[in-house]
Amino acid sequence: MSELSSTELSSNAKKVIEEHLGRYPSKQAVTLPALHVVQEEKGCVSRKAIKEIADILELSPAQINDTLSFYGFFRTEEDPLGKKRVWICRSLPCMLRGGEELLAELCERWGIQPGQTTPDGEVTLELAECLGACDGAPCMLIDDELSLCVTADDVEKQVRGRA
Amino acid sequence: MSHEEFKPILLARQGKPNSHKLATYQADGGYQALAKALAMKNTDVVDVVKASGLRGRGGAGFPTGLKWTFLPKDLNGPVYLCINGDESEPGTFNNRVLIEQDPHQVLEGIVISSFATRTTTAYFYLRYEYGRCYRVLKDAIDEMVDNNLLGKNILGSGYDLDIHLHRGACAYICGEETGLIESLEGKRAWPRIKPPFPAIEGAFRRPTVVNNVETMACIPHILNRGAEWFMSMGIPRDPNNTRDAGSYGPKLYCISGHVNKPGLVELPMGISARDLIDKHGGGVWKGRKAKAVVPGGISMGFMSEKELDTPLDFAGPGRVGCLGLGTAAVIVIDDHTSMIDVLYNACRFFAHESCGQCTPCREGTAWSTKILERIREGRGKLSDIDVLLEISSSIGTIPGTTICGLADGAAWPIKTAINKFRPEFEEYIKSGRKSESRSLAAAH
Repeated sequence: MSELSSTELSSNAKKVIEEHLGRYPSKQAVTLPALHVVQEEKGCVSRKAIKEIADILELSPAQINDTLSFYGFFRTEEDPLGKKRVWICRSLPCMLRGGEELLAELCERWGIQPGQTTPDGEVTLELAECLGACDGAPCMLIDDELSLCVTADDVEKQVRGRA
Repeated sequence: MSHEEFKPILLARQGKPNSHKLATYQADGGYQALAKALAMKNTDVVDVVKASGLRGRGGAGFPTGLKWTFLPKDLNGPVYLCINGDESEPGTFNNRVLIEQDPHQVLEGIVISSFATRTTTAYFYLRYEYGRCYRVLKDAIDEMVDNNLLGKNILGSGYDLDIHLHRGACAYICGEETGLIESLEGKRAWPRIKPPFPAIEGAFRRPTVVNNVETMACIPHILNRGAEWFMSMGIPRDPNNTRDAGSYGPKLYCISGHVNKPGLVELPMGISARDLIDKHGGGVWKGRKAKAVVPGGISMGFMSEKELDTPLDFAGPGRVGCLGLGTAAVIVIDDHTSMIDVLYNACRFFAHESCGQCTPCREGTAWSTKILERIREGRGKLSDIDVLLEISSSIGTIPGTTICGLADGAAWPIKTAINKFRPEFEEYIKSGRKSESRSLAAAH
């Protein structure tokens, strides 16, 4: 993030976007890969990043923003992610085995609501719809790694390094 | 073949050390089906798959070989194969296990299917949440490229293919095939009006086939062992019903909810829900009884305890008022659970996942959730029950008010919960009780 340039996109992000351009017959198809790499690096996609992605893909920034805002997954600069993003599943198979209680317990322990980040900027807590690990309900996702059959203590240990 | 004698086919390598590696797969005869297919005419490969009776495993059960024949015969440009790995239907996790444990089985199916459909670029659309799957697939694709199983002139056949992984961004609607295509193209995942179907105009306005991950895993076995072998498993087509395409082959059943042993089980199509729960799911937990069972993902609706002897083939769940077999994800709900809480959870899911394009779906899913919220707060009215039923009969492709089937999936849990458990809804509303469930308000 301390790039010696005034651009918002890192040289790695530009390289990843460039690599993807060869894989699709349209530049617009690189929108999701571009949003993913930027959010992974910075925890959000800023308005400046949207503009720069749009320039590379020869689109209007409004088109990038349209796609970004459709998927609740991406965060804007007003609402960045913490260092870790923890998703707790609340869909039926997890609800039947304590998913809702787990989410409520974590909200209480961390003093935040789903969607919010702990004041120290460490963890963003999210509620998830079916994560595809119903054989291990309740389950959670940390960034993009699933954990099965978790308790609130397991979550604390994995996320905060303490029980 | 009885269910007891059956030996897993798709899950044969589960739990083996290094089951995800190319060497393990090849030691078990992996990629021999590909070599066989590449020596055939592509149209003959289509014919074998068509003759096997294989129906898509993603939910709709459309015959796979038939889908491929809808592609134009004369091509003036590329055809695309999109693999639907956006598995997000509540209760469903078979794609995750197939990919994590045995990616080459799926990938071999993709190369064969690409060859059959004359595809030279395939896109594997994978839900973002499956990060481990993503990394496993990436490594497996690298192994394939290094061993001439992918890229130019595959196994010296003159056939070229690239497979690109494309990660989603946590939206259920991307599992709808035209929503997936829009998402792949970098747009919001709004399903398209059909026709034109993707086989005529799909990804990047080109002829496209969209196939499910489990469907792909079946393909190498069909090539190796033949259509007749595949048809020796499952439930044959009903000779008195010309529209029945039968339920052939092995099927992965996901078992979750209130059972002692949740997990993934492979069986010939057609086991009853009761046998699946008792013999393979360890029975209902805590010595309780099942009150309701979801046969194939929440959008299929509910079966009551009395209906559990229904066979879980493509036709069975429909005979007891469910939408269909769906993804064969069986969710067991015990008799200590409130159907009001269960239905609320289902409605909230669809309200969250409606893409918002069609007004009946966007409003219908939101209002059914709000009505159930009010009922759960002890402020329900008996007339709410009929309002919920009215919503459920007016949203979806079946009444013809929406572009895609998401709203049919939202309607069926409402219809089946109320039609099969109406006295429980009436009693609950009359009592004015508040739900004991600790769920948070419908944030998001």
